[in-house]
Amino acid sequence: MTTESGGREADAASLLSLRGISKSFGPVEALKSVDLDLRRGELLGLIGHNGAGKSTLMNVLMGVVLPDGGTFTLDGKAIEGANHPAKAHALGIRCVFQELSLCPNLSAIENTLMIHPSLGGVGWEMRAGKLIAGVLAEIFPGNRIDVRRPIADLLIGERQMIEIGRAFAESDAPAKIVILDEPTSSLDSTAAEQLLTYLRRAAAQGRACILITHKLNEVLRHTQRIVVMKDARVVADVPASGLSRDRLFELMGAVARAETAPAGASYRGARRIQFTSQGETPALHVDAGEVVGLAGLAGHGQKEILRRIYRAARTRKDKGCSVSGAAAYVSGDRQREGIFPLWSIALNITLASMRKLAHSGFIGAAEEAGLAEGWRQKIGIRSSSARQPILALSGGNRQKALVARAFATDSEIILFDDPTRGVDIGTKRELYDQIRAATSVGRSFLWYTTENDELFLCDRVYVFHEQKVVDVVERVELTEERLIRASFSG
Amino acid sequence: MVHIGNVLNGLGTKRFGLSFVALALILALVFWLRPNVASYNGLRLLLNLSPVLVFTALAQMFIMTAGDIDLGIGTFVGLVDCIVAGLLNDQPALALAMLVACPIAYGLMGALIHWRQLPSIVVTLGASFVWLGLALMVLPLPGGTVPAALTGLVRLHPPFAPMPIVLAVIPMVIAHLILNKMSYGVVLRGIGGSLAAVERAGRSTLRARMILYVMAGICGLCAGLCLAATTTTGDANVGRGLTLVSIGAVIIGGGEFVGGIVSPIGTVFGALIMQLSGSLLSFASVPPAWQYSIQGAILLVILALRVLPGRRRPA
Repeated sequence: MTTESGGREADAASLLSLRGISKSFGPVEALKSVDLDLRRGELLGLIGHNGAGKSTLMNVLMGVVLPDGGTFTLDGKAIEGANHPAKAHALGIRCVFQELSLCPNLSAIENTLMIHPSLGGVGWEMRAGKLIAGVLAEIFPGNRIDVRRPIADLLIGERQMIEIGRAFAESDAPAKIVILDEPTSSLDSTAAEQLLTYLRRAAAQGRACILITHKLNEVLRHTQRIVVMKDARVVADVPASGLSRDRLFELMGAVARAETAPAGASYRGARRIQFTSQGETPALHVDAGEVVGLAGLAGHGQKEILRRIYRAARTRKDKGCSVSGAAAYVSGDRQREGIFPLWSIALNITLASMRKLAHSGFIGAAEEAGLAEGWRQKIGIRSSSARQPILALSGGNRQKALVARAFATDSEIILFDDPTRGVDIGTKRELYDQIRAATSVGRSFLWYTTENDELFLCDRVYVFHEQKVVDVVERVELTEERLIRASFSG
Repeated sequence: MVHIGNVLNGLGTKRFGLSFVALALILALVFWLRPNVASYNGLRLLLNLSPVLVFTALAQMFIMTAGDIDLGIGTFVGLVDCIVAGLLNDQPALALAMLVACPIAYGLMGALIHWRQLPSIVVTLGASFVWLGLALMVLPLPGGTVPAALTGLVRLHPPFAPMPIVLAVIPMVIAHLILNKMSYGVVLRGIGGSLAAVERAGRSTLRARMILYVMAGICGLCAGLCLAATTTTGDANVGRGLTLVSIGAVIIGGGEFVGGIVSPIGTVFGALIMQLSGSLLSFASVPPAWQYSIQGAILLVILALRVLPGRRRPA
């Protein structure tokens, strides 16, 4: 396997040097002799499929996992011996994890104190409060986060922002290296843009940042160098300038494919959802076979509309919203609203279809197993069988299981609440194909997404601002500029 | 002039708000039925046995802060009671050594639960029989003598408030300071919220859990001392009813079984509510046969009210 490397010779200027890092978990080789350099003032993009080894590499750097072999040099000094999160913190290595690592019963201030023990002592609340509020204002100007409320009361986007702010906050040890794992997956486009701009500023100030992401646009636009991992190895290490998405796909091992919207639905049927219009606000409607997108900044009413439609489909008591057909809901916050972690993949998939499977109050075991296995294969969940525990799956595959759950119910309307959060590009493509296939047999989709790219796959987009629809855009007229302008209108 | 609406609003956002209102209501009813109780001596007699329940409830609260539950606190309190009544007079050195060992044993129990990842409900249930057995070995039959120094302590007449109230307010304030005002309290509450998050932050979760268990042991120790001082005898079986009542007190006070969400102030209010609801029914001349059921119904009503909007969670 040839690697395209640029600048490997300048080891002396490297802030961080990994050589030959290997790690196995039993028979599974998570890292095979990985080399990595990181220079001061550099924003490095780290990409690769789920399971390529990015998270393991990050855990090695953070001290959560001890490598089986290899050397780790920081600032010219070799780091040896037992590694530990506190030691990594003292060395200046910070990490923003994908599955959030905040205590939900504590506030942002208290969570900040947790990793900055030097703030403790009399007056800790004020000190930690000033620190976190200051950092949040610096990275995300204009945010309205209440740093005194328990994390559990905040939106997922706000929780992610606090996690990011916490990592960049400095109390005693400076933050020399900050590793961010899918930081924009829960952020809306504005906050994501603010973060990426800040990362470039932080790099210019001498920090080194590693950005692990599935969003290729981010690495292409903002990073200086891109490292590609595949199957536990680094397969490419190239400067970002001059690279194209297709080239990145090739390096990752995926076939380059133009991301096009469906040519035109082959089935356009009856009206499924109709809201009564209120004044000038365009009324939201969805027909059979349509994919309708909900856009706008996070927290401006999209989730509420989805919930309202779901309730209206079940109870039919909503005067302002008439729904015909059954609705299924897929949440992107799979930890809180999606998977049942103690159960198998099969149970997670068939859960919403119990009524369909029941005969005189008893569920047919063979029928249930057939339904689960059928959808597991159809949607392409990578596991040996549907009887495996759901936690054995990667994040992307777990999301697939949640989508399969909705599809298995035969509901005519599927409500998507940011379902591709933290999912790799390969899985996303497969999900988009599934959606296309489903619309051709008459299913309707209502799709709230924080990724503007996905809106280009919708037939029509409603842009939300302050709980109201402010713009309706058909696919042919859709541009990113129009979306952003509408998101900020008032 | 503080507007009553603002006060109620402020209470509504606090974890202990509901228990405060319920306690105020119960006290108001008690004073209405028995005006004599609204006096220094009246309150002292009414709340005579409450310190035991307050300390036991606080012990349970510390365990629940870690997301665990303690089914053995009742018999533990009985053990301390027996050590005091059975040994303190005759073999003071041995008794003192055992009393010091009690909270340490609790800490070791916490370490065991953490180290082997055992469910606390099982370990503490087993421990409850160990405490009971030890208590019976120390004092096979109810009796014994409690040193005069100890009984004299609870008979003190502090100037501003009766002793039982002093013995409720001081531990309440100390527990509140430890959990909510001290910086390490953040770690203590954090392990109940997310053990993984605290470990990722590089803090020792074993140490935090052991500290919580030791504090529970200290509270249990105080509860046993109060019990011995108030009843002036020892009885191995006296503590058994305390466990479930202590759980009820923590929950009424706004605590939750998991998630590290507890309120020291609410716990103490909850303990007083549990204590007073029985007295209230006596004063209201409710037939004794009905008292247990109605006491339970009162508690159910208070708990049902907790479901009302107060904790706003966005979708």
